[in-house]
Parts: sequence; C-alpha cells; structure tokens
Amino acid sequence: MTALAYGVAAWLLVVGIAGVVTSRNLIHLVVCMSVVQASTYVLLLGIGYRSGAKAPVFADIPTGTRVVDPVVQALTLTDVVVEATVIALLLAIAVQAHKRFGTLDPDRLGAIRG
Amino acid sequence: MSRRARFVLFAISAVGAAGLLAWAFAGLPEFGDYQGRYGRIVAASAVPDRSATEAVAVTVFDYRALDTLGEEFILFVSVFGVLALLRIHRGERERGRAVGEGRRGPGPSESLRLAGRLLVAPVLLLGIYIVSHGHLTPGGGFQGGVVLGTAMFLLFLSAGYLAFKRVRPVSVVEAVEAGGAAGFALIGVGGLLLGAVFLENFISPGKSGLLTGGTIPLSNAAVGLEVAGALIMILSEFLDQRLLVRERSR
Amino acid sequence: MTTALQATILVLVAAGGLAVVVTREPAKQAAVSSIFGLLLAALFFSYQAPDVALSQIVVGSVAVPAMILLALAKVREGDREREGSGEEP
Repeated sequence: MTALAYGVAAWLLVVGIAGVVTSRNLIHLVVCMSVVQASTYVLLLGIGYRSGAKAPVFADIPTGTRVVDPVVQALTLTDVVVEATVIALLLAIAVQAHKRFGTLDPDRLGAIRG
Repeated sequence: MSRRARFVLFAISAVGAAGLLAWAFAGLPEFGDYQGRYGRIVAASAVPDRSATEAVAVTVFDYRALDTLGEEFILFVSVFGVLALLRIHRGERERGRAVGEGRRGPGPSESLRLAGRLLVAPVLLLGIYIVSHGHLTPGGGFQGGVVLGTAMFLLFLSAGYLAFKRVRPVSVVEAVEAGGAAGFALIGVGGLLLGAVFLENFISPGKSGLLTGGTIPLSNAAVGLEVAGALIMILSEFLDQRLLVRERSR
Repeated sequence: MTTALQATILVLVAAGGLAVVVTREPAKQAAVSSIFGLLLAALFFSYQAPDVALSQIVVGSVAVPAMILLALAKVREGDREREGSGEEP
C-alpha cells in the first residue's frame, strides 16, 4: 500500500513530464502540466494520512478524535485553486504564441521576441 | 535536437529521476503512519483556541495565513498576466467596430437555456453558503469563490454573451477582485494596528455558531470575492476574445 | 476508509493520468481531464480530505475544461481568420 500510494505520485509525475516532452500541441502540453500538478497533491495528502482516522472537521465528531493531518490539506487546497489560474495563464501564452507563429506545434515555434 | 534524440534523453533522465524518487520515498514513513507533531498540535488546539470546528480553515486563514496571502497574490498576478496577454491581442482587432452588437449565432438550445436560468440562483446561493460556512464545515473562500464564478459562467451559457456583459461591467468585477485581495492583506494589517503580529486573529472567538473563529469568516469572504472575481475576469477575457473575433469574419 | 477502496482509486487515478496524456486532441482532452479531476476528488475523499476534494471538483472538472475549450475556440477562430483573409502566419 505504501508503494502504491507513493508510486502513483511518482508515476503521475513521470507520465506528465513525458507528455510535455513529446507533445505536438501547446494546449495538450498545458493539460499535461495539470497532471504533473496532480502528482504533488497525491503525494502531499498521502504523507498526511493516518490509518483509521477521520477528516479534520469537528462539526460532528467530538474534539480529540484521531484525525488526519490538517496542515498538508491546508497547503493542498489553496494550491488546487491557484494552479488553475496558472493553467489559465499558460493557455493565454499558448493563444498568443499561436497568433504570433500561426502554429501550435512546439517544434515549429520560433524565438519569441519582445 | 531532433525529436528522437530528445525523447531518448528524456527516457534516460526519467529512469534516473524515478530511481532518485524511489530512494527518496523509501525514507518516508509508512502510508497511514503519520508522524508529524505540528499536525497533531493544530488538530488538537483548533477548536478550543478559535471555536471554529474546521481545523483546515483555521490552518489556512489563521495559523498559516502568511502562506495563504502568498498564494492569493499568485492568483492575482496570474489573472493580471492573462489580462495583459489577451487584451493587447483584442485591441488590435477592435478598430472601428462596435463591440458585440448585432451578434447573430445559433445561440444556446432551449433546454440549455431553461436549465441555466433555473440553476443560476441556486448555484449562487450554494456559493454564498460555502463561503460563509467555511470555518464550520468543509468549504471556504477558495471553493465558494470558484462556485460563484461558475454561476456567472452559467449565466453566459444560458442567456448569451450580452446578458453576461451587462451583469459584469468590467470595472465592477475588477474592483471586486482587487478589493478581495486587498481585504485579506488589510485584515492582516488590522492585527498589526491592534498591537499584535501581522495576520493575528484579533477578533475574539465566539462560543459557537456562525460568528465564531474571529477574523476567519472575514478572511473567507475576502478570499471568496477575490477568487470569484478572478475566475470571472479570466473567463470573460477568453470569451471576449472568441466572440469579438467571430464578429469580424462575418 | 478501507485500504482496498483507496488502492482501487489510486490505480484508477494512475490510469486516468495516463489517459489524459495519451489523448492528443485538446478537445477530447478537456473531457478526459474533467473525468480525471473527478477521480482525483474521489481519491481525496478516501484520504479523508473533504476540503481538498471540494476544491478539486469545482476546479478540475468545471473551471479548467472550460478554459481549455475557450482557448481552443480562440485558436480555431484565429485559424479560420487567417485562411479567410489570406494573411501570412
């Protein structure tokens, strides 16, 4: 189970970067970046998990029950929303690159001049 | 270098990186055997300390509020980047032409229009609920803000672009988003003014119910406004791009 | 949550990630990425993290596919314009 939990995070990282390296379309490349981001979330939450513990919300369980780590959840939750806007920024760059070079193929893009 | 050479180089590096990752992960504790002390302290002290039942929200907006401030400004700057990139583009094509008037297109289907109109108000209400109850149940500013933004997008889908534009005059949405970002920082400054640390929770926590948690509901509201504003700005920039350009080719 | 459930969802997430990368058409990739977002949210639920799962659902299944499709539409409009007016790319 340990190997599976951390192995999936490593697998997503490698698969995402492989997608980025072999991509022929800038928008496909940006979506592969979101897979790489997902690998970090899986790893962070996997580290904070405690077997048999509950969610760190005490609205309906008594204070003092065993809960999973809330700190990694705090890191991951802001991360998820913020990385979506970073994906938006990357998509805007891809749209601009298409306008400048007429193609979305990363191999055929020229140098971006200011 | 050629594609093949690039891929071979990547394959070799990926094997090396996977090996390093495996070695690093071998040093981590067993899955399910969390050993950190900080998490345990936070989980134990969130409720007595702040009377807010959501330990994650207390961590995000109180114990680790400085991290959240940084993340929020990443969001703000990304939106700024999207606007900077796409607005220059739009300006080039807008010369001497009315904006969005006389838009003829197939339009949304009847079922989409009906479903969208029925759903806008409940989704808005759901977003406000998620933002305001963020310190008691799962949710909060980030999630609720995205839900609010998607309610606006649903308005576009069901009623068309012109209705969307009437609902979001650009300056108001920009002001809302900037206000949200500034609001969070100002709440922190409030802590400074009252003689304590930056981002200290200076309002006394209540007993129970909606008004507990000190500054946490205020921070939730500020973040919710900012995230909703950010999402509406991004979507409307992409939409402006698409609809204005289609006009020209007619 | 039982370990068997978590293990199943982990395997599904790994398969979903591979599917997102292997789908080369961006329009199809938006739909596959939306499903991948839902699988990730299920994984986060099984890790007892409801906040993160809520974030992931609204962002990964709604906001990001919408942005992908809009960027794609913008690119296609640019293509059609370029063909229509015979501009040099």
